[in-house]
Amino acid sequence: MRAFTTLFAILLAASTPGAFPPAQASASSQPDVASGKRIFEGHCALCHGLDGGGGRGPSLRRPKLGHAADDEALKSLIENGIAPEMPPAWFLSKEEIANAAAYVRSLGNVPQEILPGDPARGKNIYSRSSCSSCHILDGEGSGFGPDLTDVGARRGSAHLRQTLQNPAKTIPENFLLVEAITSSGQTIRGIRLNEDTFSIQFKDQQGRFYSFRKSELRDLKKLRGETPMPSFGSMFSPAELDDLIHFLASQRGKP
Amino acid sequence: MRLLALFLFFCSAAFAQVPFERIVHADKEPGNWLTYSRDLQGHRFSPLAEINSQNVSHLKVKWALQFPEPRTEVSPIVIDGILYVTGPNSAAAVDGRSGSTLWTWKRAIPSDYQSIGFGHTNRGPAVLDNKLFVATLDGYLVALDLKSGIERWSSKVLDYKTGYSMTMAPLAIDGKVIVGVSGGEAGIRGFIDAYDAKTGQQAWRFWTIPGPGEPGHETWSGDAWKTGGGATWVTGAYDPELKLVYWGVGNPGPDWNGDVRPGDNLYTCSFVALDAATGKLRWYFQFSPHDTHDWDATHVPMLFDASIGGKNRKLIAVANRNAFYYVLDRATGEFLAGKPYAKQTWAAGLDPKGRPIPAGDSDPSKEGNLIWPNANGATVWFSPSYDPQTGLVYVATREIGARYFKRDTPYRPGTIFPGGGENELPADDAWGVIKALQAETGDLRWEFKLQSPPWAGVLSTAGGLVFSGSDEGNFYALDARTGKPLWDFQTGGAIGANPVSFLIDGHQCIAIAADRVLYVFGL
Repeated sequence: MRAFTTLFAILLAASTPGAFPPAQASASSQPDVASGKRIFEGHCALCHGLDGGGGRGPSLRRPKLGHAADDEALKSLIENGIAPEMPPAWFLSKEEIANAAAYVRSLGNVPQEILPGDPARGKNIYSRSSCSSCHILDGEGSGFGPDLTDVGARRGSAHLRQTLQNPAKTIPENFLLVEAITSSGQTIRGIRLNEDTFSIQFKDQQGRFYSFRKSELRDLKKLRGETPMPSFGSMFSPAELDDLIHFLASQRGKP
Repeated sequence: MRLLALFLFFCSAAFAQVPFERIVHADKEPGNWLTYSRDLQGHRFSPLAEINSQNVSHLKVKWALQFPEPRTEVSPIVIDGILYVTGPNSAAAVDGRSGSTLWTWKRAIPSDYQSIGFGHTNRGPAVLDNKLFVATLDGYLVALDLKSGIERWSSKVLDYKTGYSMTMAPLAIDGKVIVGVSGGEAGIRGFIDAYDAKTGQQAWRFWTIPGPGEPGHETWSGDAWKTGGGATWVTGAYDPELKLVYWGVGNPGPDWNGDVRPGDNLYTCSFVALDAATGKLRWYFQFSPHDTHDWDATHVPMLFDASIGGKNRKLIAVANRNAFYYVLDRATGEFLAGKPYAKQTWAAGLDPKGRPIPAGDSDPSKEGNLIWPNANGATVWFSPSYDPQTGLVYVATREIGARYFKRDTPYRPGTIFPGGGENELPADDAWGVIKALQAETGDLRWEFKLQSPPWAGVLSTAGGLVFSGSDEGNFYALDARTGKPLWDFQTGGAIGANPVSFLIDGHQCIAIAADRVLYVFGL
């Protein structure tokens, strides 16, 4: 329901994975991201937040935006708006629209980095380290934790390294571990899926769904800052960590 | 026989006229909802008591009506069993028994119309005599025949091409219809208009940003007044004895960069009291001088009488977007009481005249300045409720801060004119609360916590209940004296509207819009 908190159902456009800067832009017509940032702050930030993190409108800090399949669609969307909620930017030139689109794209797409390590070895490490017992990557694994299929487009290598070494420091927004004690005294831990004023729904590590009226529970703890993910910092050598980070950074989603 | 009864019901009740006397004496017909807040005093209180704390747990859906548009904000008018609802540039009459539509009206939205800073929405109609009044996004006040929905007249209020619009429910008073305008994020110059209810001729206009030579113009510098904002996008209140119209005025423009408009920027972020006959300013009270946080004072004013210091006073009260609750004398505008009702970090308090005392530098900055409340404020456009039985005011409150930024924004007609923006705190650092405040003091009596900052208004009833909605789709009832939750229903859509209550076939109903559905509940 969090998605419904917005007054404006706006920009959700979509990128070609890894298409930053835009693949079709020639060297002579590279969009000016800094100029796009100024345009965004002047005309888009009212609804989408100054950092694109959302507010009255949805967050644009995501690699795939639902209302446009590619960069041309994103530019068209900025120019024409999304009736009835998002006004058209009729007053911007083609160049300004391209700059704004490039900036929006940059919000949710981490640029490709040159990284140490071997992604092929990293894949083996991923496979033998039970990562897939909690995560889905490219359609394989268990969906208890966040999807890693496009994690390389969403997260830079420094963020990935910190998550592997100290996962409690990089808990994603809206990811919350909860602990419920039922009226019969049973303690259940799980990841929150939905919550309103009167009820909560979550799933445990076995994938079982739970739904409670809050008034039925003896206690409900929000375990902010906690995560079921263990630290892998001491389990891998520095070289293995490099391999695994390179592998994860190369996961930039499906076309 | 049943068919005849239905026929007579429609003929005699559904299409009765509504002279102003019926609206003034709203308490004589508690089964109807004849003006935006049910009464002209802005109470959103229903004297109906069939649904009460003992039986509210049995409340269930009687029928539902789907709208074509999402995020419906309508507060219906109800006349003798018929609901009158609006959407963006549209209206309909709906049978209260079945939810069936009796007539519809629609006006095309021009292809070059744009909502700057808000969605396509409409918060409700007004009624007077045999007409229903609807304000349109593209700037027309339209009078429809109550019986058929056929247009009687329409008057152009504004030019939408420069960023003006209308979203509020008009306020019908004795012979006149009052409207306000949207566009506070587009560098408009705000106004409040009155139109003759019979002919549609403009009766008067009050500019919320005084022009050269007018009192208050000195609180602007240079040409800043021309793009000074001061939108008037929420329905006001009326005192039929004092014959004063009370209306809230919105933020100055640009919203977050005050450098280009030094001064107090009257009459932005103020209540104004206008002579109903002439539109002349009788008094004003500015809540947030030189606002740089988008804290419009566009709220429904609550008018009530109470004893202060042993003396009975005619009062006007508001829980303001800036997180302070204010009580004023509604004859003079004199400040009588004020205190914070939600978390705020921008003011150290109010001085004896009610002017805020700054708490350090709360201005938006290049790097960002973390301030409570956020730009949507501690409460926004949705209605509070004043309950004469408990003497309490119920306010749907938003506990959320934001990092405010200042940027340069050149003015360009018909485009957004913000001068900065904000980054809201994450969802888990924000919540909502229904607060019960002692009406004449603002003292907190009880509170009920919500999962997230709300966008729905509050209805209180003589059944001892407080109804409101959540952004997660809960429609719920609380005990009016304690705040204890008594009933809730998951509507399946975010609630950003005001509840109303009325009688159908002699039984009490409660209605609320949730996303694109209007629900009607009964026992």
